[in-house]
Amino acid sequence: MKGTSSIDPASLQMLKIAREEGLQTAWDRYLAQQPRCGFGELGLCCRNCNMGPCRIDPFGDGPQKGVCGATGDIIVARNLLRMIAAGAAAHSDHGRDIIETLRGVAAGEIRDYTIKDENKLKALAREFDIPTEGKTVQDIAGKLAETALEEFGTRKGYLQAVDRVPQKRKEIWGKLGITPRGIDREVVEAMHRTHVGVDNDPANLILHGLRCSLSDGWGGSLLATEFSDVLFGTPRPVRGRSNLGVISKEAVNILVHGHEPVLSEMLVAAAQDPDLISAAGAEGASGINLVGMCCTGNEILMRHGIPVAGNFLQQELAVITGALEAVVVDVQCIMPALGQLAACYHTKFISTSPKAKFPGAIHIPFHEHNAMETAREIIRQAIENYPNRNKNRVFIPEETAEYVAGFSVEAILSALGGTLTPLIEAVKNKKIRGIAALVGCNNPKVTHDYNHVNMAKALIARDVLVIETGCAAIASAKAGLLLPEAAELAGAGLAEVCRALGVPPVLHMGSCVDISRILTVAAALARELGVDIADLPVAGAAPEWMSEKAVSIGAYVVASGIFTVLGTVPPVLGSNVVADLLTRQARDLVGGYFAVETDPFKAAELIIAHIDAKRAALGI
Amino acid sequence: MPKEVLIRFDRCLGCRSCHLACAVAHSSAGSLLGAVLNGEKPRARIFVHQVGEHKAPLNCRHCQDAPCIDACIAGAMHRQEDGTVTNVGGVQQCTACWMCVMVCPYGVIRSDADGTMALKCDRECRDETGIPACVRACPTGALVYEEVDDYSGQRRFDVLHRALSNV
Repeated sequence: MKGTSSIDPASLQMLKIAREEGLQTAWDRYLAQQPRCGFGELGLCCRNCNMGPCRIDPFGDGPQKGVCGATGDIIVARNLLRMIAAGAAAHSDHGRDIIETLRGVAAGEIRDYTIKDENKLKALAREFDIPTEGKTVQDIAGKLAETALEEFGTRKGYLQAVDRVPQKRKEIWGKLGITPRGIDREVVEAMHRTHVGVDNDPANLILHGLRCSLSDGWGGSLLATEFSDVLFGTPRPVRGRSNLGVISKEAVNILVHGHEPVLSEMLVAAAQDPDLISAAGAEGASGINLVGMCCTGNEILMRHGIPVAGNFLQQELAVITGALEAVVVDVQCIMPALGQLAACYHTKFISTSPKAKFPGAIHIPFHEHNAMETAREIIRQAIENYPNRNKNRVFIPEETAEYVAGFSVEAILSALGGTLTPLIEAVKNKKIRGIAALVGCNNPKVTHDYNHVNMAKALIARDVLVIETGCAAIASAKAGLLLPEAAELAGAGLAEVCRALGVPPVLHMGSCVDISRILTVAAALARELGVDIADLPVAGAAPEWMSEKAVSIGAYVVASGIFTVLGTVPPVLGSNVVADLLTRQARDLVGGYFAVETDPFKAAELIIAHIDAKRAALGI
Repeated sequence: MPKEVLIRFDRCLGCRSCHLACAVAHSSAGSLLGAVLNGEKPRARIFVHQVGEHKAPLNCRHCQDAPCIDACIAGAMHRQEDGTVTNVGGVQQCTACWMCVMVCPYGVIRSDADGTMALKCDRECRDETGIPACVRACPTGALVYEEVDDYSGQRRFDVLHRALSNV
């Protein structure tokens, strides 16, 4: 949709104010970055050694090899592998932090968190072959955390969760040599292979990219999800509100932004402290209003129904409301622009992770060991900042939309009455045509939320059940698609199923690491049907993706056997060999493959055609 | 006064964005991804070179007393109303005799991929704003498209600013 920044009325109002106030946002910087470097767009620039940088001329009208002799195919493949490695590293390091927290809780070193889901703890312990009989929860948690931490450098040959996939999938990975062996190991090997003079075979590089991504999807991300559930509770359906209108005119507003739930969970708890609430009252505020953004927002909305102020491209817009006392961040997808922007208002920009510091931020180091004390300190600073709010500069859009979120695998099973059978039956009798997972970011290359919302609508209208995570899910929340009432936008079959189960046609399954929940459902469905994941009438899409994490996600979804449509063009077109590997040969190798389609309606058609073909092959 | 593509040599980073944009502007697809996906091999008419530590783009100066026009035996090379010197759309077709290549003082006329025609900057790359593709693509402003006197005025200002700022 050319010429429009966003389809979200709240965002458009804030962008108008940004223009009036002369404030720069990602959209302005996006325009300022044009024209883009063509070598970068095509993936044909290599900076991996200091004989370079080298570029390959895509038209054959200039150098065709780097100084080392690397061709365009090699350079594109190496660059893609590095993107995957970075994305896998981000998810997996997040997972490590969660497991470390559980280990600390079990050891009694960390006192401010408890184990909220003992059933899940025991189920995971069984999966990891850890005895539970006669053991205390603390013992089990300690042993489980230690064992899970070994997954990062495991020497047993493959990751534990590989056992979750159907036998046929295991064999495919085994034959190709892409069974993930260790979470950290695959990232390290990716960096090794892309060093000057190591792996210079495009196919070999891409295959390792798939393995590296699998160490994320079935490793780091999966552990992040599972251990978060153990610590903070497995999500159950919960109602809440979304969009910038959740920011309050009267209360102390604290925006939590980033990805890991360790900090945000404690802020949620601290914000309920009666002393702090009365301190807010003493400053003239009506209370403390904690709101989320991006995946930290998703984590706390999934578990507590905390309002979510928006997705990735709305982080600056939230500041421009002039009503935020603090923006509290941890890691990932936090724009370094926030510091300068917050300085235009009274807003305190507070960084908390030793891994992620920002210009213009106040750094309050957050340690799990004194989590509550730090959370209280952060909230206190926000409260003290409330009198500094300039009420004349406050503009909060009225738009909010209600959502129902919290569809963990366990919650979906519970809605289905304990087994996948009703879902399988609904798919077999074509009430549900298939399942599409819509995930990923925002990107100013795309009209904000346009691809997400239109693709979801187009799919549910044709009886495709849509499951979502991340910024895609927040887009649907704002569009009202995460409500049972949205069934009226669904095709007759899907609508009937939704009404019978009381669920929305678009299910919010969590944050971006929670795409592992989607993998787990897909694997369980395949096992139940006695087929491979690649045989299922399911597809994936990242309609507005931008981050390296999304590249890793796309790769592990494809490597798990699932057709995936990308809504923005990845930097691989400089190599026919790599593009062909991803969009064609991958189908023969791993069952899944990529397509690139920037039009959400055409993308939905691709998915429907894929689903129909898979249904035909299954004879349903 | 016509506008010219003028160079601020100290700003060139050698990124070759102008080179790529020129090629794309002369492709059938008209876009980078489109041209690559079509497998087109368009040729650029601007060049980026490095001499010692210095990086510089160079393209046709569209000289007033253009040796290439004088040397063109075929009668293809000519000057258009807006001052653009080109061998496309002349009274005769280019015969690839390379006289223009030999007399060009800047070496900015080249051959097409098949060796059947001389290629040079034809300014057939200007968008609706009238700005050539190489100038639009330059991320540092090393290439500008402006009237000569505006350019020299800016240079005088820069020189004086540097010389007098500490006085």
